[in-house]
Amino acid sequence: MDMNWKKSSKIKPIGVIGIGSFGAAIANLLAEKNDVLVYARDQGVVDAINEHHMVKNRKLEEKIQATSDPEMLCDVCDIMFPMIPSAAFREVMVQFAPFLHPYHFLIHGTKGLSLNLPKGKNLENIHQIKRENICTMSEVILQETVVERIGCLAGPNLAKELLEDQPGATVIASRYDEVISEGQRLLRSDNFQVYGNSDIVGVELSGVLKNIIAIAAGALSGMGLGDNAKGLLVSRGMVEMIYLGNAMGGETKSFLGLAGIGDLVTTCNSTLSRNYTLGFRLARGETLDDIVSNMEEVAEGINTVKLIKLYLESTDTRAPITENLYKVLFENFKVETALQYLMKYPIYTDIDFL
Amino acid sequence: MVIFDQTNDILLTDDYIKHQYAPILPKKDEWPVVKLSKSRKEFIQQVVASSRERIKSLTGNQLQALREELELTLYRERMRIKQNPWLVDPEDEAVFWSKVKSALLVIGADQQSSENEKKEKYYEVLSSITLRYAEEIASNFKHSHYKMTRSIVTFGFSRLLNTARVKGFKSVFSNQYSLQDKIQIIGETDQLRELASKGTIVMVPTHFSNLDSILIGWTINTLGLPPFIYGAGLNLFNIQIFAYFMNALGAYKVDRRKKNLVYLETLKTYSREAIQFGCHSLFFPGGTRSRNGNIESKLKLGLLSTAIEAQRANFQNGDKEFGKVFIVPVTINYHFVLEAPSLIHDHLNFTGQERYYHESDEFSTSYKISKFLVKFFTKGSDISVSIGKAMDILGNHVDVEGNSRDKQGRAIDCRDYFLSNGKVTVDLQREEEYTKKLGRRIVEEFHKINRVFSSHLVAFTAFRLIKKANKKLDLFSLLRLPEEDIYLSYETFRAATAEVLECIKKLRQEGKLHMAPHLEMPLEEIIRHGLENVGMYHAKRPLIRNEQGHIVTEDISLLYYYHNRLDGYELEKII
Repeated sequence: MDMNWKKSSKIKPIGVIGIGSFGAAIANLLAEKNDVLVYARDQGVVDAINEHHMVKNRKLEEKIQATSDPEMLCDVCDIMFPMIPSAAFREVMVQFAPFLHPYHFLIHGTKGLSLNLPKGKNLENIHQIKRENICTMSEVILQETVVERIGCLAGPNLAKELLEDQPGATVIASRYDEVISEGQRLLRSDNFQVYGNSDIVGVELSGVLKNIIAIAAGALSGMGLGDNAKGLLVSRGMVEMIYLGNAMGGETKSFLGLAGIGDLVTTCNSTLSRNYTLGFRLARGETLDDIVSNMEEVAEGINTVKLIKLYLESTDTRAPITENLYKVLFENFKVETALQYLMKYPIYTDIDFL
Repeated sequence: MVIFDQTNDILLTDDYIKHQYAPILPKKDEWPVVKLSKSRKEFIQQVVASSRERIKSLTGNQLQALREELELTLYRERMRIKQNPWLVDPEDEAVFWSKVKSALLVIGADQQSSENEKKEKYYEVLSSITLRYAEEIASNFKHSHYKMTRSIVTFGFSRLLNTARVKGFKSVFSNQYSLQDKIQIIGETDQLRELASKGTIVMVPTHFSNLDSILIGWTINTLGLPPFIYGAGLNLFNIQIFAYFMNALGAYKVDRRKKNLVYLETLKTYSREAIQFGCHSLFFPGGTRSRNGNIESKLKLGLLSTAIEAQRANFQNGDKEFGKVFIVPVTINYHFVLEAPSLIHDHLNFTGQERYYHESDEFSTSYKISKFLVKFFTKGSDISVSIGKAMDILGNHVDVEGNSRDKQGRAIDCRDYFLSNGKVTVDLQREEEYTKKLGRRIVEEFHKINRVFSSHLVAFTAFRLIKKANKKLDLFSLLRLPEEDIYLSYETFRAATAEVLECIKKLRQEGKLHMAPHLEMPLEEIIRHGLENVGMYHAKRPLIRNEQGHIVTEDISLLYYYHNRLDGYELEKII
């Protein structure tokens, strides 16, 4: 296959920006029906894909090509899937912005938040973090580019299982029906179901907030606790997600769907989840720095806990699980102490959000 | 890549227009609105045909859905005629709708015709209704009337003004003060003039008073722009003096009583076709006058969506001359809104409730309006009109050439917003989202160009202080406090005003609002100016300083109304 899509063929390839484990899984899914062009910053990675169809020991479909040139990617692709960690997301969007046009569709798969402070402010000298200062990835795209037709992927999508072509499903959320139907057309296959949802912020927040609960679930298992405790955590975690999610602009029903409960249950029970593993190792006595330094990809939950904690300080919303997890991660609280505190927390109503 | 000058994006200057501009299209035959009125008949036919297509797609071209829509329309119209008749209603209304009724009965009882034949008959009934609606909506622009009205407004206003300001009998003929001093036009006036000859303008002003439409008409004329068409509430045509002005200024009629689908679609089609025709248009996007004195924060999106549809249709039809649609936000800033007492009363009584529009305000007779105008020009109160930066239909700012620019100043092609797979496509759900986005952008711009007056400042500060002193009361209990019991010591009030002013100046630095030059005076003078002007012609003044030197209110609901003007800037965090 040559790289001259513009001249040689009318059917444009689908772009994938970033080729971590989830990016690789999505690229393979997309390649079932379409040509795929991957953007990677590192020329070594690009060459490895073009020559050996491999990225970090993962096999990629032969149809997948790669480039390190953002302009070229934006030129040949109408639809692109940014699959980059939240910490780098804004920077990459700024880099792509000069080449993006209002006809582009962007469907991202990043379950994290990005801090957006006014000029001259940083975490040290700002006294209050408001909702507008913590952005979901679709909000970052809106701020940094002219792309209007934005979607997101969320749901129980453990990259390893997707790469093994096991049955699964995802939610594609967008305010635009056309983005949802394009996403469904591109991704749906015999083994992969794709649901639509118009509440993009709710779906993004489901994916973001569940990482907090996943860390806590890992910590419970790491302490050797049983399934009763897990059940307790998952259901109280759900309530906390809904409260936080509503405060930040998501609809309750999105948290009850595949991207909410579906993803939460999966991540809280899976050793394949980075966030779960992080919690597990913390409870086994490792320090945060040690764990982070030998993980292959970032656990989004760490940054999420930090930002949500800051946000909570400027609102009346309480989120006991997040607040205690923050102490464990950043203030040397023992997992056991945090758990005791939670067990004494004075809430006795089971469900009060429906 | 052309880099767009970002600096003038932030600060509006205080310079106002001091003279009358030359018209950009001197020959009246070239005015789109004149062209439109010349081809009125064809235009109405066009509207009828488009509305029919539109309703066809909304009902999915299903016999059943179409029939139900027609029956519902009939039912609602008959209810309206019975329950809420108006002076302007034509006399043959009852007759027309009984004809519709019998036509529907005949088709319903018809056993012979095939489904398609029946459908065709229903469409005929539909067309007769849309034709009637389109005729009613269509403006009756007459150039001679326009010229006449224009000179009455300009001449009458400036005579009054000079009589009041320059003393003595001869002053009736003095030209020392012009209307441009009294009603200041500030902001992006040059850009507006430039773009009016490059594309089609859709002006979206805030709406506080019935006076707004006349004021905007005068502004448009002063800037040398050809007349704009705009939707005016049919109720205003009940009042003769307004009916005259409105017809002259190219107003088309909007009847808020008619909420049936057929009417709304005909109205939207009319507006869309007029924009496509190249007629500059004016919408009050808040729908009605702001009841509580807030700057509109939720817009009615119906008419706004027609701007987006027209833009898309222009792109579908290839690159047309005047094909680009420019959205221009405008705020009108008053010390005093004549209708304030009844508006706030309405708001408090009916918060959140839909009801039939009930006409009960001070603008109900020509006499009262004239009295107001005399007062307005003989006393001090100033008005300013702020023209905002033009935007494309997605809320991107445009440069002098009319090119859309992204936040980094890169030129972008608006057509791209309507592309899928490389072609301009019709997707109503997409356009609905675009409309919401445009609405949010307009509200943002309103807040940025809103010009804060001393009267807004003092009303805001005083109301917040009263609220703070009565923390435990909710809004309604607060507004029921007896006015005699409320007073603020001048010192407290002064200190709080200084604090709020400080914040306003900071917001101004950040480009988040605009403020009148009189706010640069020393604090004492600002307060005096504010107290003098806030709601100055009301029988009960919202805020005064009493003999003991305390700050007191004679009508707390009115104070609340004027205070609301500064809502939405998070200033309430100060007090």
